[in-house]
Amino acid sequence: MKKFIGKRAVASAISLVGLVVLVFFLSRLTGDPTDLYLPVDASLQAREQFREINGLNDPLMVQFGRYVADLAVLDFGNSIRRSRPAIDVVLEGFAWTLWLACVTMLLVTFAAIVIGSLAAFRVGGVFDRIATFFSLIGASAPDFWIAIVAIVVFAVNLRWLPTSGTGTIWHWVLPVSVLFIRPFGLILQVVRGSMIGVLSSAYVKTARAKGVRNRPIIFVHGLRNGMLPVITVIGDQAAGILNGAVVVETIFGFPGIGKLMIDSILQRDFNVVLAAIMVSALAIFLMNLLIDLAYAMLDPRIRY
Amino acid sequence: MTQTAPLIGQPRRKSGLATVIGLLWRDKFAFCAALFLLVVIVCALIGPALLEDAATKQNLRGRNAPPFDMARDWEFFFGADALGRPLLVRIIVAAQNTMMIAAGAVFFSALIGSTLGLAAGWLKGRASQVILRLGDVIMSFPSLLLAVIVLYMLDPSVFNIIIVLAITRIPVYLRTARAEVLEVRERMFVQAAKVMGASDLRIVFRHILPVVLPTLLTIATLDFAFVMLAESSLSFLGIGIQPPEITWGLMVSQGRPYLTNAWWLSFWPGLAIILTTLSLNLLSNWMRIALDPVQRWRLEMGGRKND
Repeated sequence: MKKFIGKRAVASAISLVGLVVLVFFLSRLTGDPTDLYLPVDASLQAREQFREINGLNDPLMVQFGRYVADLAVLDFGNSIRRSRPAIDVVLEGFAWTLWLACVTMLLVTFAAIVIGSLAAFRVGGVFDRIATFFSLIGASAPDFWIAIVAIVVFAVNLRWLPTSGTGTIWHWVLPVSVLFIRPFGLILQVVRGSMIGVLSSAYVKTARAKGVRNRPIIFVHGLRNGMLPVITVIGDQAAGILNGAVVVETIFGFPGIGKLMIDSILQRDFNVVLAAIMVSALAIFLMNLLIDLAYAMLDPRIRY
Repeated sequence: MTQTAPLIGQPRRKSGLATVIGLLWRDKFAFCAALFLLVVIVCALIGPALLEDAATKQNLRGRNAPPFDMARDWEFFFGADALGRPLLVRIIVAAQNTMMIAAGAVFFSALIGSTLGLAAGWLKGRASQVILRLGDVIMSFPSLLLAVIVLYMLDPSVFNIIIVLAITRIPVYLRTARAEVLEVRERMFVQAAKVMGASDLRIVFRHILPVVLPTLLTIATLDFAFVMLAESSLSFLGIGIQPPEITWGLMVSQGRPYLTNAWWLSFWPGLAIILTTLSLNLLSNWMRIALDPVQRWRLEMGGRKND
């Protein structure tokens, strides 16, 4: 088990190093932040000073060396835009995204498992047809489109919900519902497919012959075996949201890591981009590890 | 056993195309999906050649003209955009870029991913490990964000978008192909081919590939929808295709400022996206059954009772 985690960690670390190097040099190719942060008529001297302060004057390799040296003592540098440690800015954004991802995925998992299992119980029935149809639509829906249509309907026309921001619980309703739709459709289909297989297996028939009621058959006997493929998809989808629900966060003005990353790229705030990538990579690594552990827990045959 | 009663709904030997259409007809949803996709493909192929002028001609007196206005030409049936350009025509013309990017990305990722996956499954050992790690590395990239960074730095042309999207989708095919090869390579016919002295290349491409291909095709169809959504998101965020080129995602984003007084600007292109991805999903579901010899009877039997 330890060996397995170690192997995983090494592979992830290698890819992270590659990613950081790539992004470090690519991001500097986009141009000089000085042009963005100082007024057009700023004096040459002021420009020079700005570059000096932010360490943009040195050759790229020197800048990179300094960045790595700082990283070694966990210093991620300062955000140019906010004049604060980049890592603080990123962790704040990440906390928001983490909440968003948790709430959404809890709702999605619960809804998809219950509805998917019930649909699989009577394949081809009315409930199954309706569930399958809506899950297909959900899985095909472009989230940015759903988001703006939802804003027009619920925020602008009906005035039930706020359009953007994070003040009250009502601010969460639209982002969570929009994020809900696609994972719900995808996971429901996997649950249904997996449960159809499980519910037609011999041990379930035995249980039924012995007079076990429907509900325990589905949710106790069936679900435990049917969950394996589902967990992978849940992990994928959760990782997707953790990665920054870029589109949804941008539209609803949600201060998460996805919006932060887009803004920082456009504002050439290099340190924030790099810190954000490292934080989200770490989150995804932990996420994948959790999934593998859940696998081993559900299926004792799996050993690492 | 020459006089068996004819099986219910079992077609006599037909040509390949007729069989496919027959199987499609059995699943009405998939049939409609295929028809719709056909229409989209035709639009993508000949739309721009026929309608390019109409799609770019501005008419400021018809700004944000509402849809379903019978007094105007058919072109204005879906209304007009902020510069008075007919939306229906623009959607037809935009189909080309939208489809081309998705098709290109799916083609390249499927080609490269499957080849690597076949190699990884057949070779085993060190080479296979290297290929797998490569897939892991790509998987652990935050793909949409990576696309954002790369496209912001390079110039967001159709070609660059195809490349970026293709790279992020390689692992899907790589893993599937490898997993399937690992299973198929142990089967008897592969052993037989080996004993008879077939070369590695021949075994992989003549004997293993045809078995793996249906799965890969099904995944590619599903992935087409995914790539389309990804491209739309990028264009929507303003980092994908740049005007004056158009895609459906970009059209949604162009309509966003006018949402409150002219909903149709964003609504129709979004609907085009959703219908196309929905059709691809339905078709992929159908393919999963139709291409699987074990399950095909479900379609051949007709009726849905035996689901």
